[in-house]
Amino acid sequence: MNKKSLAIPYLIWSALFIIVPLLLIVYFSFFQEGQFSFQSYQKFLEPYYIKALWRSVQLAFFSTVICLIVAYPLAMLLSGKEMSNKQVVLLLVILPMWMNSLLRTYAWASLLENTGVINSLLQGIGLPTIKFLYGDKAVIFGMVYNFFPFMVLPIYNALCKIDPHLVEASYDLGANKVTTFRKVILPLSMPGVVTGIVMVFMPALTTFLITRLLGGGKVMLIGNIIEEQFTRTRDLSFGSAISMILMVLVLLALTFLGKKDSLDGKGGGLF
Amino acid sequence: MMNEKTRPNDYIIDLKHISKSFEDTQVLDDISMYIRRNEFLTLLGPSGCGKTTLLRIIGGFESATEGEVLFEGKNIGDLPPYKRKINTVFQKYALFPHMNVEDNISFGLQIKKMDKKLIQKKVYEMLELVNLKGYEKRSIDSLSGGQQQRIAIARALVNEPQVLLLDEPLGALDLKLRKGMQLELKKIQQKVGITFIYVTHDQEEALTMSDTIAIMNEGRVQQIGTPVDIYNEPKNAFVADFIGESNILQGIMLKDYLVRFHDVDFECVDRGFGENMPIDVVVRPEDIKIVDKDQGMLNGLVESVTFKGVHYEMIVKSTSYSWIVHSTVMSPIGSQVGMVITPPDIHIMKRR
Repeated sequence: MNKKSLAIPYLIWSALFIIVPLLLIVYFSFFQEGQFSFQSYQKFLEPYYIKALWRSVQLAFFSTVICLIVAYPLAMLLSGKEMSNKQVVLLLVILPMWMNSLLRTYAWASLLENTGVINSLLQGIGLPTIKFLYGDKAVIFGMVYNFFPFMVLPIYNALCKIDPHLVEASYDLGANKVTTFRKVILPLSMPGVVTGIVMVFMPALTTFLITRLLGGGKVMLIGNIIEEQFTRTRDLSFGSAISMILMVLVLLALTFLGKKDSLDGKGGGLF
Repeated sequence: MMNEKTRPNDYIIDLKHISKSFEDTQVLDDISMYIRRNEFLTLLGPSGCGKTTLLRIIGGFESATEGEVLFEGKNIGDLPPYKRKINTVFQKYALFPHMNVEDNISFGLQIKKMDKKLIQKKVYEMLELVNLKGYEKRSIDSLSGGQQQRIAIARALVNEPQVLLLDEPLGALDLKLRKGMQLELKKIQQKVGITFIYVTHDQEEALTMSDTIAIMNEGRVQQIGTPVDIYNEPKNAFVADFIGESNILQGIMLKDYLVRFHDVDFECVDRGFGENMPIDVVVRPEDIKIVDKDQGMLNGLVESVTFKGVHYEMIVKSTSYSWIVHSTVMSPIGSQVGMVITPPDIHIMKRR
């Protein structure tokens, strides 16, 4: 048995569950009741949908930026040797990933509700309640909370892989800590940063769960619109068309990031 | 080579009572030594002897638990590495993988915000010095180990440090390349005329390149001296054993110029040890002359013979010791031979 045959189970799997559904989506997006048409794609050009897409990009962008800003320093702390209990912190970062994301988001919803746990507590000690839920902020919060580990881990990995002698060499050649970070640590950790951005931005762009539970139907993102086509309006063709558009956009973004990545440092690993 | 009497202001680095502990283990134990300007000094010792730690303390990557590092008379113990006029060539070169050769070499100069034209000129000169002209735009990945080594040296030297630290820089190279680089490093050191502090566990490398060798073991300096001095007059059994192969025996110094070991009295050239003092005796394998049986001072049975190229290495067993003997003439295994040791070849060392 040669090594190639070990890939057969995966090939069958991907044929059945990735390639066939993908072809079905392509088919659905171009055919309405057996008739070939661009109608579904044309429909997407309506301002309502373009706005929803733009909004999705914005919210996903903000949550990615927040994740990056919080995750990078944390990953640096975790990869350094000064911190003594970093295993515990790392575990705390990963721990939420072991729980179902639906469950976690539901939990936040009931914590943050107007009559939820936090507000009841505030009321109990005589403070005014806060309206957390149903809006962009709550959605961004949910995205950051859910996707944060996917930003920390690749950056942490990239930082751990940097040979400490490179940092010492930089000091040795006269660079202080700031310059060393700028000229050595940051560029060498770029593959991790790029991977982290992809791993956070992509799911944030297409989520419908977080928007539904924490946005309360007020925030309609592209993920929610796709979901609606399949579950409520039963417009399979339009749902497939939006999915196709999103996929092409994602592929374009990845190609761009991939090029950027290979310029800044070697081996992002994803593309 | 420098002569023995040097004025104190010729010391570029002066180490005073340096001790270093990592948690419970003491790595360096009260090391005091000085390093002269333009000297090639080698810290030599087995792994774990503290030589790399001492180098890192001089470079500023570790701080001493106790003691002072004086650089041109000033204590630099609290200065971070980027404020020291010292550069380092790291064991695995530590070249920046995201930069090409030119950017690696000019790293230090760019930080000093030096003029671009001048940087280019200096990079060119450095590449010329290390025999890699025309490699400016090459990526680090595309270089062989020996080439990376040269770039690492160029990257350090371009900053015109007063002291260059080298941490086993040839350790990753194969034997033939290493021999070539040893000579080349020595040449570079003489050309740029700065102080090299070199760490190695390879005694032959140390003997080939150094002006001065400091032999370290268990966190202490065992002996400092020129290669010739250390080879010919090892101060104790550790040094004798570590530098070259040796026959080391316990003996008694009966009086000046007379020593007894192996139950035989030998004339020697040493004095001042006192009378009837227990001492260690070192005899180098090449200093033992094989003669016919009963013609020498000792008799023995040839137990093994190994051809080593220039000479044969023989193990000759006498009544109480197995001698390592190097000779260009082979005596067959199983033959009885005599051995002669002349007074200047008997080295007496204080018992540790």
